[in-house]
Amino acid sequence: MDESFLRLENVTRNFGAIEVLAPLTLNIARGEFLAVVGPSGCGKTTLLNLLSGFDQPTAGKISGGGRRRMVYQQDGLFPWLTVTGNINLGLRHLKDDAERKRQAKELIALIGLEGFEEHYPHKLSGGMRQRVEIARALAGETDVLLLDEPFSALDYLTRLRMRRELARLLHERPKTVILVTHDIEEAAQLADRVIVLSERPAHLQCELRLREPRPRDLTHPEVVEAVHQILIELGLEKDSKLTAARLNTGALA
Amino acid sequence: MSLENVSPKARLLPVVVVLTGIAIWALLARLQVFPESVFPSPFAVARGFGEEVRSGRMYNDLVASLFRVTMGFALATVLGIPLGLWLGRGARARVALLPAINFFRNLSPLAWIPFAILWFGIGDKPAIFLIFMASFFPIVLATISAVASIPQVYFRVARDYGITGYELFMQVTLPAIAPQVITTLRVTAGLSWLVVVAAEMIAGRDGLGFAIWDARNGLRMDLLVVGMIVIGIIGIIIDRLLVQLTRIESVRWGYER
Repeated sequence: MDESFLRLENVTRNFGAIEVLAPLTLNIARGEFLAVVGPSGCGKTTLLNLLSGFDQPTAGKISGGGRRRMVYQQDGLFPWLTVTGNINLGLRHLKDDAERKRQAKELIALIGLEGFEEHYPHKLSGGMRQRVEIARALAGETDVLLLDEPFSALDYLTRLRMRRELARLLHERPKTVILVTHDIEEAAQLADRVIVLSERPAHLQCELRLREPRPRDLTHPEVVEAVHQILIELGLEKDSKLTAARLNTGALA
Repeated sequence: MSLENVSPKARLLPVVVVLTGIAIWALLARLQVFPESVFPSPFAVARGFGEEVRSGRMYNDLVASLFRVTMGFALATVLGIPLGLWLGRGARARVALLPAINFFRNLSPLAWIPFAILWFGIGDKPAIFLIFMASFFPIVLATISAVASIPQVYFRVARDYGITGYELFMQVTLPAIAPQVITTLRVTAGLSWLVVVAAEMIAGRDGLGFAIWDARNGLRMDLLVVGMIVIGIIGIIIDRLLVQLTRIESVRWGYER
């Protein structure tokens, strides 16, 4: 694996006098699934905006990564275009109509929406809409998928289904993925590596690697352990081993 | 609003209401609650209608009124939507012009009638001017607000997929504002139809508004009612025609959220 396919070197972003992103250095390997979690308002979305090229860093450098595409929280589909029309946006670079049609068909089959080709987004469920968004972002020669809390607008069960769906899609079409989420379970279940950002100005508070290959079950021990670790980092759970150790010493004393 | 979920039987209800209304009207005329000279019976109105149609006056008045509304409304649309688009984008221009536009928006177009006659005389021009004044400002304001309320995410998506410039305008801005603009066109078309009647009453020698005024002056109340009925029905038809725009597949999202 190319260990530094996408590189961030001392990237900072200030809005006026407010420092949102402290110098951040990060290397992302090709095909890696990186999840970014942290308290709300900590600069997660700023980081994605920088990666998508929508925003420019105040200082530092972002390099590599090839073509990057964003999947938005919700309503990122154009409501005036059908499923096919929206997916075709991702295939705009193809000059050959027949080829574009073929690829659009393939993508629709990939996300299991055959029969919905000519449906407009408002006729689809939230989960179906997000699948179309992902298909649109996957279309063409996308190298990096940027996911901005892509399932946060969905109900819990749909969210669980969409995680499996995303894992399956990535198995079929491996991509480098950067997922920004406040859903810690989602991060632990889906990612190869989870980074926890601190309160503003965001800096890398901790980094967690999961060894179990994807896709994983939500209740896999390593996922559960990772969730626990992240919650400790965010100050939301106590370190039980530490507590146990303390209790032991207490008992001894 | 929608009749789609109503049983076929229930769809006949409006017809029943209209027929009942006419029956009551006929009864009141029969009982001579008001003198016949100021309260024509449905039969007198029907005869008057036949008279107007045979003489060709009905056709002439209809064509004259529709022509004026079409011209004034088309002019307001063709100029108002681009101006709204421009102001929706440019914050400075918007700040500069919005108070003036709001002023004219809230000024009854009928207040312009004296100037309309002084500047344009009698006939098509003053009516077209008044219809323009009635519909232009609402169209500009609605377009501004439609442009300003386009979700930013659409522009980000457009940028992600390399849609810029003219393509951005045609494939994102226009379709995004279409539902709201169509709704405004419906409202202002109705407004135009109200204004043409008033304009023709004072600054016309033909048209349905003039027909009403002329009937009053000739003490032909039956013809006056003929005019009223035709105006009402044409107004409904214009609205029904514009409703068809909301049935276009690619704008339906704006009405079904």
